Amino acid sequence: MNSAQKKNRVVITGLGVVAPNGVGIEAFTKAIKYGTSGISFHQELKDKGFSCCIGGIPEVSEEKKLEYLTPLQLRGFNSTSILYGCIAGIDAWKDAGFSVDENSILDYDSGLIFGTGTSGIEKFRESIYKIDEQKVRRLGSTSVVQTMASGISAYLGGILGFGNQVTTNSSACTTGTEALLLGFERIKSGKAKRMLVGSSSDSSLYTWGGFDAMRVMTYKHNETPEKGSRPMSETASGFVPGSGAGALVLESLESALERNATIYAEVLGGNINSGGQRNGGTLTAPNSEAVQKCIIDALLDSEISSAEIDVINGHLTATSKDALEIENWSNALQRKGADFPYINSLKSMVGHCLAGAGAIESVASVLQIKEQFVFPNINCEDIHPEIAELINIQKIPTRMIQKNIHIIAKASFGFGDVNACVIFKKYIL
Amino acid sequence: MKKEELIIKLKAIVKPYIQDEEAFKNLTEETDFINDLKINSANLVDVILDVEDEFDIEIDNDSMEKMLSVKAAIEIIEQKLST
Repeated sequence: MNSAQKKNRVVITGLGVVAPNGVGIEAFTKAIKYGTSGISFHQELKDKGFSCCIGGIPEVSEEKKLEYLTPLQLRGFNSTSILYGCIAGIDAWKDAGFSVDENSILDYDSGLIFGTGTSGIEKFRESIYKIDEQKVRRLGSTSVVQTMASGISAYLGGILGFGNQVTTNSSACTTGTEALLLGFERIKSGKAKRMLVGSSSDSSLYTWGGFDAMRVMTYKHNETPEKGSRPMSETASGFVPGSGAGALVLESLESALERNATIYAEVLGGNINSGGQRNGGTLTAPNSEAVQKCIIDALLDSEISSAEIDVINGHLTATSKDALEIENWSNALQRKGADFPYINSLKSMVGHCLAGAGAIESVASVLQIKEQFVFPNINCEDIHPEIAELINIQKIPTRMIQKNIHIIAKASFGFGDVNACVIFKKYIL
Repeated sequence: MKKEELIIKLKAIVKPYIQDEEAFKNLTEETDFINDLKINSANLVDVILDVEDEFDIEIDNDSMEKMLSVKAAIEIIEQKLST
């Protein structure tokens, strides 16, 4: 292979995750293999009158926070999205073999794209209350950096000393997958050697409240939280809110080989598009034609045929739209019944981590390639009949399968009728 | 309140924000918050809020701008405490 070709290939050399069912790659890998739920009941939601009183919140101790942020950074700190993003991002960077040192030399070859929906919503609330009490000066210096959308990229950029592009993207539940593809493009075009990509979402009833009001979260499992998130199930009754962050270090193959880095997988290609809220698409519902086009264009970009896909990691939220998503995959890939790839949804275990979902689920997808397994779907022992009509139910594993996996397609879809699909491949020299 | 007592209290207040341990250890009336203690200029507003809480005083904008050293801080605190 000549060096020009190598330069254009992009691989994943580091992972980090803060998920409701596992903080850190080791704990998370174990959890997704066993099908461990991270969903629990939260009295706070009940006290505030939520219909859905369950959710996924990662466990991060005070001691753990101090491993990532200084006591000064933690003064007046009230932003779980920034906290989770910093933990996942720093872990991914270290996992890729780099050290984290506040006196490191500015690295112009490394950048980051780290998305979020809203940043530090609890800090925002705190600030609004102070202003309304005519105590604006009491906000101190901590309000702006924790509530600006790019708070997370600002924190990480400084901690890691990156000199390439440092930014935040936002595209609802597509955010994390979009960040990954934006970073991929930047390396592919030679503008950066390494891009830390990911996304993050707050653990906050103020983030979740609007969805509860839209009646898109389940209210039927307050007594049985771990059974609540039921993608592809006949008894799915809405999504369970989640939170957390995922991070991946993308790197040019050339740079990874030079450093002799561990390569988790290759990013072959992908596509980002929008349904334009036409042809059935709305602010909150997808235009199926655009969803299918996004998947097809991702295959074209990756120069693979649909037959090569071994596993799909779907968006699959556990709302009434799951069957439509399966239909879109089936139509786009022209595969159905027993010919359909294996498919799973991480949301059965962690809920819908909203802006964080795409990144956490991409981490899960890459782990499946690295360790050659398909993680189980929990809570779908009763496959929805409309889905069973389209694909063989054996393709929706409820127990972990060990299998040779070469290619995984991962897609995320978001409010605003936006779509993103990425293709991961097992790295072969 | 004695000046020595004020300095001890002020030292405890600025401790979380300082970036130069050596200068902090040798803190005197002449110590400058930014140049010596290397406090991030954005954190100066936090130092002032902490001073307000500790001494139960309110520091106006004009005084805030002057509060760049231990000496200036003590003068302002003493002045506010006496009014």
